[in-house]
Amino acid sequence: MLTTALILLPIAGALVVAILPLPRETTAGLAFLVALMEVGLWIVAASQYDFDEGGLQLDASRQWVESLGISYSVGFYGYSLWLAGAAVVVFAAAIGYALWVGRDRSRAYYALMLFLTGAVIATFAAQDLLLFYVSFEAMLIPLYVLVGVWGGERRQAATVTFVIYTMAGSLLMLASVVAFGVTQGTFSLTESGTSDNVWIFLGFAIAFAVKAPLFPFHGWLPLTYRQAPIEVAAVLSAVVSKTAIYGFLRIGIPKFPDPADDLSGLILVLASAGLVYGSVLAFRSPDLRGVIAYSSMAQMGLITLGVFAFDDLGVDGAILQSVAHGLISASMFLLVGMVERRCGTGELDELGGMARGRPTLATVVLLGGMIALAVPGSATFAGEFLIMAGVYGQGWGYSVVVALGVVLAAMYILRLISAVLHEKPGRAVREEALDLRLGELGLVIPLLLVLLGLSVWPALVSESSFTTHDASPYASLGESPP
Amino acid sequence: MIDTPTVDWLALSPPIALLAGAGLALLSALLPEWMRKGVSGIAAIAGFAVATGLAVYLFQESSTPEVLLDGSMTRDQLAAMAQAILGVTGAAVVLVSWGERRRTNHAEYYALLATAGAGMAFFVSADNLMTLFLGLEWFSLCLYILVAIDSERETSLEAGLKYLIVGGFGSAVLLFGSALVYGATSELGFDAIGSADPSSEAFLFAGLAMILAGLAFKVSAAPFHMWTPDVYQGAPTSVTAFMSAATKTAALVAMLRILVTAFPEQSDVWTIAVAVLAAISLAWGNLGALAQRDLKRMLAYSSISHAGFMLMAISANSERGGEALLYYLIPYSAMSVGAFAVVAARERELRAPVTLDSLAGMGWERPYFGIALWTFMLGMAGFPLTGGIFGKLFVFSAAYDAGEWWLVLIGVVATAISLGYYLNVVRWLYMRSGAELRLAVAGGSPPRDPALGVAVAASVVVTVGSFFVVQPILDVASDAASALPF
Repeated sequence: MLTTALILLPIAGALVVAILPLPRETTAGLAFLVALMEVGLWIVAASQYDFDEGGLQLDASRQWVESLGISYSVGFYGYSLWLAGAAVVVFAAAIGYALWVGRDRSRAYYALMLFLTGAVIATFAAQDLLLFYVSFEAMLIPLYVLVGVWGGERRQAATVTFVIYTMAGSLLMLASVVAFGVTQGTFSLTESGTSDNVWIFLGFAIAFAVKAPLFPFHGWLPLTYRQAPIEVAAVLSAVVSKTAIYGFLRIGIPKFPDPADDLSGLILVLASAGLVYGSVLAFRSPDLRGVIAYSSMAQMGLITLGVFAFDDLGVDGAILQSVAHGLISASMFLLVGMVERRCGTGELDELGGMARGRPTLATVVLLGGMIALAVPGSATFAGEFLIMAGVYGQGWGYSVVVALGVVLAAMYILRLISAVLHEKPGRAVREEALDLRLGELGLVIPLLLVLLGLSVWPALVSESSFTTHDASPYASLGESPP
Repeated sequence: MIDTPTVDWLALSPPIALLAGAGLALLSALLPEWMRKGVSGIAAIAGFAVATGLAVYLFQESSTPEVLLDGSMTRDQLAAMAQAILGVTGAAVVLVSWGERRRTNHAEYYALLATAGAGMAFFVSADNLMTLFLGLEWFSLCLYILVAIDSERETSLEAGLKYLIVGGFGSAVLLFGSALVYGATSELGFDAIGSADPSSEAFLFAGLAMILAGLAFKVSAAPFHMWTPDVYQGAPTSVTAFMSAATKTAALVAMLRILVTAFPEQSDVWTIAVAVLAAISLAWGNLGALAQRDLKRMLAYSSISHAGFMLMAISANSERGGEALLYYLIPYSAMSVGAFAVVAARERELRAPVTLDSLAGMGWERPYFGIALWTFMLGMAGFPLTGGIFGKLFVFSAAYDAGEWWLVLIGVVATAISLGYYLNVVRWLYMRSGAELRLAVAGGSPPRDPALGVAVAASVVVTVGSFFVVQPILDVASDAASALPF
């Protein structure tokens, strides 16, 4: 029930917002209220979930298409509950940011944002392959319009690339969904067995690789992240990318143990390449959004290394890192948005010297940056360390790559901090540009506080994600399919 | 005294109800001019509604198939389901036609529409080659006139002529094929052909191929589709809506029936032939649609590609394939009628053919039609929250089950290509502003047309509803498919 409520609350909110002819501010306020209620509901769900026992809980199931074995089945594992938690928090912050800056055509805008929330939660909760596909696809509809209508100058080109990439992946996945479901006789993820068909696995893997995005499927990323409204970019990088991780952990690996094992070498190499390449691009990027966008790609490579480490440490780290990266990349994107609003540009050449006279901005950006570059003691450091330790079993080289990624992260984040806050005041930085306002702080500080909390106690997430053996995605590894 | 077979009037009631509606519509010509439009329209919609009701009743009463009228017709749930779809489609089309700015010919228009519906209802229950041909000609002749009914528009006349010539050719091919099959088996009834021992394999296969080609013309499957874009574009939009939904339904159901009942022995040949037709339709329809700027033309190519998807279901030659086809027809008919209805509304507002340019900003100015067209486009592209996704899923599952995994791959690629033009429509609706391009009229209010609004709303409800209520529809489809000897 609770899971269904988590999915339906934002969708119902979307309908209400779309239908009621309220003025712009009221619409935005109502949407923000729904997003906060969603966070509250998630807290209730988390309090009812028994983390000691683990496994699938808060589950609900209803027949949908009996003759094909399709059902509406939802529920949470420890790790998916954490992913959903990061999602609802980020959505609340993103909708709050939109409320702060004001978006025109507000009824459509907030309805789409809330609908997207519902679709993302449904993806994280899906325990039926078709429901997963449906929610995975449903995310694309609002994203397409959000970028295409409210995006920047080149939004049309951005939507086209984004849709072509994502749909190419999704449709391969549809073919795989059909093939897997028909062969198994059921689409239920809890009832179906495993398959050793490499092609079907590839259909899923490519779809997830595009969504994440993993190198070399990241072609849509730079344009989309730059053209999307900043809070939508935040959602894309923080939340939507994590549905790919859920896909690997719930479908890719447990349903295709042998193909996943066979191809893990390739995936690890690509993930490593993505980590290094993304970091280098972030370091070379001329604008703020580029830095955060490419760093997000690098982080997704890192998380994938953790997932395909086939090691409990690695996957615990991957989940911790997913949650932490979700929160930090959302904070960074929102901060970038706030800087861009003050200066009218995100070009690093034109920025600088913003720390002077703006102590709050400087402090918050510095704090966010420190967490983003995984300073020891932060939640991101804990995540990276776990991944590094976990992936060691696959080859020491991967651990070296992870370490290299940490170093590169320090380089690009410090470059960003100094380009915004320090150096001489840039051309675009006007004297009268304000410090962070209370409303803006109210959006970023909660995100950073959660991150600080996780930095103090990372085990809260990492030790409650996979508690029992059968919740582990690797449970079926090594077993031959029936 | 001539021996007459006993007549099962109930089985014949849907076409008869439609003929009665057509007769009443024609009689309205006796009334004063201001009453004609209203009376003939009501007569037609009443005919479609009664036919639908009778078809539903027939569906419940015909759980075991029966042969009627000396083996010329059949009474089964497949025909009844198809008649129900046709009836609802026809009623929706009458609603769409209501606001058409036509000065004369109201009575003729509605009478022909109802007669065409009657012909289709007859056609889907045909059980021998003669009634098949009779039904085909019956509804085709009505459609030839309907396409050309806006005789003051040159494009309408041109479309009518094109449809007449190509359609006549298609009918001739079907008839010749029927003659060859009769020559090879000395049988007319589908069942009898299926169990006959053919005297000449070559004649039988040639006949099968020609019958398939003749029906493929009506389905507008590539490479027998060349009339479709021109005719769909030139015909009055409400007629196009009727053709794209009803003609396809009738022709596909008839094709399924004749292939499965009359040619079970040749199934290894025709499954491949139908699969190839499906593949060509998918490729040609989707690539062709990409290049279109006129919305009716684009939807015409899109209907060719949908024919491809539905042929995929037939080529599976299984009960699951039959179910998939019958399920697919429901959201497809709704989306198709709905999309053409929105085009008709825009046409009436702008008084010009609807191109992509003239959609600019429509989503914001006319939110109701905008959201509706958005729903239909996403549905046709197979997005979730519409029945389109299940249609594709069932068709793909059936084809995969039948071992045609290559066809599934083609279908997937075709779907990917189709996003190019379906999402393009959404892009024009919402992401371009009409003022910026100085094209469409902005502001003001469109002509009031509540009947069309109702038709669009019903289409949206069916499109979205068939996503949530899948199993009941599938149960009906499964009952209908089980009437055939798979």
